[in-house]
Amino acid sequence: MSETTGGVEMDEDVSGVVKKFLYVNRKAPYGTIYALESLEVVLIAAAFDQDVSLVFLDDGVYQLAKGQHTKTIDVKNFSPTYRALEGYDIEKLYVEKESLEARGLTTEDLIVPVTLLPAAEMAELMDGQDVVLSF
Amino acid sequence: MPIVVNGQSYETDEEGYLTNRNDWNEDLAKEMAKVDNCSLSDNHWEVINFLREYYDEYQIAPAVRVLTKAIGKKLGPDKGNSKYLYELFPYGPAKQACKYAGLPKPTGCV
Repeated sequence: MSETTGGVEMDEDVSGVVKKFLYVNRKAPYGTIYALESLEVVLIAAAFDQDVSLVFLDDGVYQLAKGQHTKTIDVKNFSPTYRALEGYDIEKLYVEKESLEARGLTTEDLIVPVTLLPAAEMAELMDGQDVVLSF
Repeated sequence: MPIVVNGQSYETDEEGYLTNRNDWNEDLAKEMAKVDNCSLSDNHWEVINFLREYYDEYQIAPAVRVLTKAIGKKLGPDKGNSKYLYELFPYGPAKQACKYAGLPKPTGCV
């Protein structure tokens, strides 16, 4: 039995199915709006208690790079916000190993702890999702 | 709609949030609160200062759920709960406290 309040289902059991959402980030942090938009969507969607993972590949790995200085291009450096994701219970961050290595970076160069995945395993991760959103 | 404090005019957006975060000062916060018929106690300031520190560190204003949890972690469970925060900030703790703290309106669920 579930109780309703004003026609809105409030019972935990019926509040909705938890789906697996994967946000794929593959563009450099500045120059286009994709990285920031993706981050904002992730933060907003965090309120819905879904199973959320973030993937960074291609130039998207630069989004997590330490030492972003944006003053001279006159945009906000939003990279510290990735460190807030933990507080939003978003803790599954994956970086594609090949993309990181091709850019001469290691996990030491990143502002947050991540899981490194080789491309083949990345494909498996994507295959196991209900929703994949690419930015 | 600008807000005037001590003879100085500050630009705000249509909802009363400060346009330039660097304009912020304590008198400005008090004046914003006065407009809402709210007088700021030490407990209010605790939350306002917490939000300013949070923004400095993460460059965002936290969603209300995240704020509540983070306040609990820092100031204890008797303050990290919705009841306490809504009593201090009846218009919504994230929304109202962020305004007084000179921050933008929080992204997402406020």
